[in-house]
Amino acid sequence: MKELILILVASAIVNNVVLSQFLGLCPFLGVSKKVETAAGMGGAVIFVLTISCFVTSVIYKLILAPTGFAYLQTIVFILVIAALVQFVEMFLKKQMPALYQSLGVYLPLITTNCAVLGIALKNISNNYNIIQSVVNGLGTAIGFTIAIVIMAGIREKIEFNDIPKPFRGSAIVLVTAGLMAMAFFGFSGVI
Amino acid sequence: MNKIVERLQNGIIKENPTFVLMLGMCPTLAVTTSAMNGLGMGLSTTVVLVMSNLLISLLRNIIPDRVRVPAFIVIVASFVTIVQFLVQGFIPSLYASLGIYIPLIVVNCIILGRAESYASKNPVVPSIFDGLGMGLGFTLGLTLIGIVREILGAGQIFGAQVLPLADAGKAGYTPITIFVLAPGAFFVLAALVALMNVIRAKADAKGKTIAPATGCFAGDCESCSMGSCSGKSSVKADSVAKEEE
Repeated sequence: MKELILILVASAIVNNVVLSQFLGLCPFLGVSKKVETAAGMGGAVIFVLTISCFVTSVIYKLILAPTGFAYLQTIVFILVIAALVQFVEMFLKKQMPALYQSLGVYLPLITTNCAVLGIALKNISNNYNIIQSVVNGLGTAIGFTIAIVIMAGIREKIEFNDIPKPFRGSAIVLVTAGLMAMAFFGFSGVI
Repeated sequence: MNKIVERLQNGIIKENPTFVLMLGMCPTLAVTTSAMNGLGMGLSTTVVLVMSNLLISLLRNIIPDRVRVPAFIVIVASFVTIVQFLVQGFIPSLYASLGIYIPLIVVNCIILGRAESYASKNPVVPSIFDGLGMGLGFTLGLTLIGIVREILGAGQIFGAQVLPLADAGKAGYTPITIFVLAPGAFFVLAALVALMNVIRAKADAKGKTIAPATGCFAGDCESCSMGSCSGKSSVKADSVAKEEE
C-alpha cells in the first residue's frame, strides 16, 4: 500500500509527465487556453490513461511475456491504444451520453498523445505489476491534469499583459512552462 | 538528380522540421540535454524515416486508402523496433541515455506526416531522399539545440570542455546547470520560437514567405494526431477549436 502511494505521488508531482518528462506536450500547449477546456482534457486523459495502462499491462504480462513476444511491445501497444480509444469513445457515446458530452471531443486528440504510449512502456521498463501500472497511469494523468489546469489559469491572465511581440503566442507559453518546471523541481526532494 | 537535391534542400533548410515546421517537439525537448544525445536521436529518427518512406512508397498502390494510417503505423513501429534493438546492441550508452524516447519515435509527428503527405503519393527514389532530407534537418536541429544547452549548462560541446570552469581562486565559466535540466529545455525552445518569429517577420517584410509552423506550436494538434486522417475526428477537433474561441 505504502509503495502504491509512493508511485502515485512520484508520478503525479515529482516526475510530472509534462514538466519533467516532456510527454503529452501537444495537448498541454494546444488545449490550455481556458481552464474549463483544460480540465475537460485532463478528465479525458485520466480516463484513457488509467484504462490503457491496465489493458497494456495485462496484455504484456499475460500474453506477450509468457509467449516470448515481448519485443513486439511497441507495435502491439500502439495498435491496442488506438483501438482502445476508439472503443472507449463508442462505449461512452452509447452508454454514458452525459460523460461523452463533456469528454468526447477530447478523446480523438489523445490517441497519439505520446504520454499514453510512453507510460505504457515505462510501466514495462520499471517492471511494474498490473496494479502498480494502473496506479502509475492514474498518477501520471493526475499530474498532467494539474499541470494543464495551472497552465490554463496562467494563460487566461497572460492575455491581459503586454508581451514583447516576438514572444507572443507559443513562446511565452513555453517560458511559463519553464518557470512551472522550475517550481515543480522543488518537489524532487520529496521522495 | 535535381529532384534529389531539391528534396534534400527542402528537408534540411526550407522545411526544416525543428526550426521551420516545429514538428516533433516532445523528443526535441527531452533528449537535447547534450549534443551527443541530440545527434543520436536525430540519426535514429533519420533511419526510421528513410526506411518507412521507402517501404510506404513501394506499397503506396497496394495499401487500401481506408486502412492506410494503421498500415503506416505498423510499418513505422516495425522499423522503430529494429532501430531500438540496433541501438541497444551496438551503442548501449546512447540507449541508456535516450531510454523510452527511442520507442516513442513511433508517435513522432514528422514520420507519419511525411508518410501521409509525401511517401504515399510519390515514387520510391524521391521518397527516400525526402526522408533523408527531413531526417538530416531534424538531426541538425536537435544537435544545434543540444550544443546550445550543453555549452550553457556544462561549458562543453560533445563532452569536451570548451569553456574552462571556474575553480577555487581561478576565473572561469560557472555552468548554468538549469539548462541541462528540464526547465532549460523550455527556455531554450521559447528563445528559438521567438527568434523564428523575428525571422519570419523580417522575411515577410521583404516579401519572402517561410513555410508556416505546423503541429502543436501553431495550436494545431490535429496535424500530428493519427486521428487526423479519419474525417470524423477532424470535425471534432474543429469543434474543440471553436469551443476555445
